[in-house]
Amino acid sequence: MNIVVCIKQVPDTKGGVKFKPDGTLDRGAMLTIMNPDDKAGLEAALRLKDEYGAKVTAITMGLPKAEEVLREAMAMGADEGILVTDRRLGGADTWATSSTIAAAIKNLEYDLIITGRQAIDGDTAQVGPQISEHLDIPVISYAQEIKIDGDYVIVNRQFEDRHHVLKAKMPALVTALSELNDPRYMTPGGIFDAYDSEITVWSRDDLKELDDANIGLAGSPTKIAKASDKVKKGAGEVVSFESGEEAAAFIADKLIEKHII
Amino acid sequence: MNRMNIEEYKGVFIYAEQVDGVITNISFELLGKAKELASKLDTDVTAVLIGSEIEGLANSLAEYGADKVIVVDDKELKDYRTEPYAHALSSVINEFKPDIVLVGATAIGRDLGPRVSARVKTGLTADCTVLEIGDFPLVAIPNQEQKHNQLLMTRPAFGGNTIATIACPDNRPQMATVRPGVMQKIERIKDAKAEIISFNPGFTPDNKYTEILEIVKEVSNVADIQDADILVSCGRGVGSAENFKLLEDFANAIGGTVSCSRAVVDNGWKPKELQVGQTGKTVRPKVYFAIGISGAIQHTAGMEESDLIIAINKDETAPIFDVADYGIVGDLNKILPSLTAKVNEAKAK
Repeated sequence: MNIVVCIKQVPDTKGGVKFKPDGTLDRGAMLTIMNPDDKAGLEAALRLKDEYGAKVTAITMGLPKAEEVLREAMAMGADEGILVTDRRLGGADTWATSSTIAAAIKNLEYDLIITGRQAIDGDTAQVGPQISEHLDIPVISYAQEIKIDGDYVIVNRQFEDRHHVLKAKMPALVTALSELNDPRYMTPGGIFDAYDSEITVWSRDDLKELDDANIGLAGSPTKIAKASDKVKKGAGEVVSFESGEEAAAFIADKLIEKHII
Repeated sequence: MNRMNIEEYKGVFIYAEQVDGVITNISFELLGKAKELASKLDTDVTAVLIGSEIEGLANSLAEYGADKVIVVDDKELKDYRTEPYAHALSSVINEFKPDIVLVGATAIGRDLGPRVSARVKTGLTADCTVLEIGDFPLVAIPNQEQKHNQLLMTRPAFGGNTIATIACPDNRPQMATVRPGVMQKIERIKDAKAEIISFNPGFTPDNKYTEILEIVKEVSNVADIQDADILVSCGRGVGSAENFKLLEDFANAIGGTVSCSRAVVDNGWKPKELQVGQTGKTVRPKVYFAIGISGAIQHTAGMEESDLIIAINKDETAPIFDVADYGIVGDLNKILPSLTAKVNEAKAK
């Protein structure tokens, strides 16, 4: 079985968000990580590999620096890493990103494709389902459990008030929730091996089944009209009291003043 | 991208999500916004209702602002599955050529939206919080055509730290998923009627149709925190499941509903349905009490639109104080019992 896992390198919002003096995000000053949902997807693939035997290929599209997440994936146990990098692919929205990744995946053998539900920078949750559409295969989103039964993948999919157990014929694409599992750590041996192994690098020219009309900024139907920092609501009044009684009296007065009680 | 004949595309459409034959609240919220957009564009509002044996639901869509309801009714559509629903919605789009299509950013909408947008080859903006009609580019640029009457879609990204306004100038329809709880539904117009249009593109199951083996409904008596006027929200600082008693007593006294932060769900103290924040629900009650919640951006993204925010936290440097109208530095174990008593006292007057 061949499993392809799509991963993205994203800024780590946990380490705090840094801004440049002009108010734009200072991505350079922020740590980068493997997107959490993608890491859960990778872990799911590695568990399927442990249980059923599979070749796991990690693929990412990004700047040359994104090679780091592929090394990490390989140190966790992925068999191969593919970096799609080319300036012509930059500035892509989800349509252009998914078209490009789908074209890259067409170069590979695949039974199962796993992506994260969403990336923590863009927060769109669109690329996974859009890749499945470009490849014309079934998609199951929000997996909290993935099993294999012959030619079928069986997924427990989470919705707001219920979950569905779904069965899809492979090849299929599944998007993973970070709640799916606790990803394993890299092993020291795995790290050494990962740095010794080759990463396959593909440029635009390696993606044969891709129309120039569908790549990069020019191939993106959506355009950014404006981007800005969120305007923070001004901080209110912060007060400190010696006793709980006084604090409670303060809050109660405000609630009465605002006609809430 | 292939050029489309944009002039052909007209009308504001919404996807009317139904589950088990009940229309989801977001559908009415979308209708409220669609009506406003349609009046600026001098066009009408169409709801697209997809399911099995659902025709009876069309009237309620009319009562909340739909001028037309397109009904796709087929037994293949009994429960939500990506492929037949994507086929239904994209067939409606190809047949009726709407200018704008709005979909709720629910679990279903966020699965359906991207599949459909990829199929009809258009842009999709995720999880929008503001939708307006305006010009793109916003300000005219020499040697570049400025297009009018475009849908300007504003959304938070980066865990709520940046706000981006996005347009889809050259492709139609302009598609957006819209965050539940943000748009306002209109006052119900009782007995309003819409033009009902039945449309069935035909369904041929193939290997893209998933099979539903089981549906497990997580039956809960949990209140919908998006409907609450007063939320008493608790975080890791509440400390233990036992301390929630203090919180619940206070919530009962003030007539509020208990909600929580992600840390509380992760610790198994409260169910996921009560979670406020980026990966939980967006709420905007009249009063939001943030009790023992530090206020990470992932949390504040889901509650900062509340009319009044009152935070209680021991740590005076907690970021929740940056969004709170009133921040009280102190021990909730000491403050809450006294506050509950004062609320009861005030109510007894």
